[in-house]
Amino acid sequence: MTPLIRLLACLVLAACALSARAQMTIEVSGAGARQYPIAVTSFPGEAALPESLTAIVRADLERSGLFRIVDASGVSPVPTESSQVRFADWTARNAEFLAIGVVAPAPDGRLTVRIRLVDVVKQAELASFAFTLAPALTRVTAHRAADEIYEKITGEKGFFNTKIAYVKKSGARFDLIVADYDGQNEQSALTSREPIISPEWSPDGSRLAYVSFENRKPQIWVHEIYTSRRTLIGNFRGSNSAPVWAPNGRELAVVLTLSGASQIYVVPATGGEPRRLTTSAAIDTEPAYSPDGGTLYFTSDRGGGPQIYRMPAVGGDARRVTFKGTYNVSPKPSPDGKTLAYVTRNNGQFQVATLDLATGQELVLTDTVKDESPSFSPNGKMILYATEIAGRGVLAAVSVDGRVKQRLSVSAADAREPAWGPFAK
Amino acid sequence: MRRLLPAIVVVTLLAACSSAGDRQPEAPVTEREGRAPATAQDSPSKPPPSTGQTGVITTVRPPAVDELTTGVLAKRSVYFDLDSFEVKAEYRSLLEAHAAFLRKNPGRRVVVEGNTDERGSREYNLSLGQKRAEAVKKMLVLLGVPDAQLEAVSFGEEKPKAPGKDEAAYAENRRSDLSYRAQ
Repeated sequence: MTPLIRLLACLVLAACALSARAQMTIEVSGAGARQYPIAVTSFPGEAALPESLTAIVRADLERSGLFRIVDASGVSPVPTESSQVRFADWTARNAEFLAIGVVAPAPDGRLTVRIRLVDVVKQAELASFAFTLAPALTRVTAHRAADEIYEKITGEKGFFNTKIAYVKKSGARFDLIVADYDGQNEQSALTSREPIISPEWSPDGSRLAYVSFENRKPQIWVHEIYTSRRTLIGNFRGSNSAPVWAPNGRELAVVLTLSGASQIYVVPATGGEPRRLTTSAAIDTEPAYSPDGGTLYFTSDRGGGPQIYRMPAVGGDARRVTFKGTYNVSPKPSPDGKTLAYVTRNNGQFQVATLDLATGQELVLTDTVKDESPSFSPNGKMILYATEIAGRGVLAAVSVDGRVKQRLSVSAADAREPAWGPFAK
Repeated sequence: MRRLLPAIVVVTLLAACSSAGDRQPEAPVTEREGRAPATAQDSPSKPPPSTGQTGVITTVRPPAVDELTTGVLAKRSVYFDLDSFEVKAEYRSLLEAHAAFLRKNPGRRVVVEGNTDERGSREYNLSLGQKRAEAVKKMLVLLGVPDAQLEAVSFGEEKPKAPGKDEAAYAENRRSDLSYRAQ
């Protein structure tokens, strides 16, 4: 039986180095079905960095739920090359994997991190990698190192070097926040006195589409986050909402009310004439593209209550996808297109669930009761969503098998409407 | 003020209940303000009463009043039942009054803002709020208001009038508001 891990990673100290505002704490519970025991030594020379690179690597691996961190302290001298590893030191601690490394000045004045990943059971070096970095890039480099270790051992691409977007409400103030996946390095792309909802990342990770109420009605903006340029692409009569990028990044599916009811249209990402995709007298909303761009999933109440449907992305006949329960909304297909995450209502409780699109098997993943806005990590292993704990909006994540749960809370604010960004290019 | 809200909501609910079963289109609107004072457009036609004295008594013209801030036109909210988008009969005369005002003032424009309670998906709630706004807009069009003077938009659950998380707050937020905007 895997032990229950309870980690309260207070990252405020680390955050202070980069941003005085970020005060997000992460709480992890549960553990993967299979956990890899790994020791990560401290790297000689890392004191030259503004924060501990190896502490960030350990936190990343532990947070994924797939690794158990083995205490590496007290081994002396600390090995920095595979040839220096005394395997007895690590088998005695039940470590199956070991990451060692060293930080040294590079000729150009920056720093070089050399890391070796060792298979303790096979007594062999699995991989070695090196990064050259300016000290300010410590966190990014640590996340890249953790990605390499994660991928080498699990066979899946790591998600530690990705961004999330969410909306923070502090009193009457709304901020559209862009942060690292772990909530650190938080930056506000937009501050408003009016609500902001439904942020969605462009496939290349450079733009966010969202709905803003700043002009006393819902309108859709496309916002280049690294230049602050933004374009109003949905300012049609009535309400404009639920933008989602087509995988080609050139157009968005949106919801407009030009005919009265909420209907799905396609608009160019640079703005332009909308093309209508659904023609019902009911609510059709929350469009979401399959990864190949061929199918649109959406929420509709055409059968009475809200259920999830699918149709060809160019429009056409819709087929119902969810049948269990009377309230199934907010569909989001997984990156491999095989699973649908959505929110289902059971006995008045709103919970994140997944549907295996091949078998039709449904799985409720959470034990929270006011879940909203699920989105997959780009490797498809975790689902980020919003929920409410003790009356406050928090972000949470759950592994797709439901075993690992994380909670990210922002101090003195409501966090909501999260969206997990794509892999860094 | 916040503490007063539940009481107001209860009164509103009671008022709604009292006529909930009454489906006659001519049902009177619940109106407790009494008669609306004369408006600026009303020209007093009554001659000054004769007093038999030599002096002259002149009626002082009352201060100009904005029609929209008095009487039934000051009422701008239409409340809905849970999961319902039907404009209840009790709002008929309120909407008739606004329709008459808009027909008389073709330069005025109204945005109908639909709202919902906070439970469930934000985007789905935005669409539910739109349905509530469209229902009110449709009734105003039936009452003769040109479509160009009207726009139906939704705030969904994003701008709750009542901040609470109980049924009274939810009921207060299941609502469409008539918002007069500058042309």
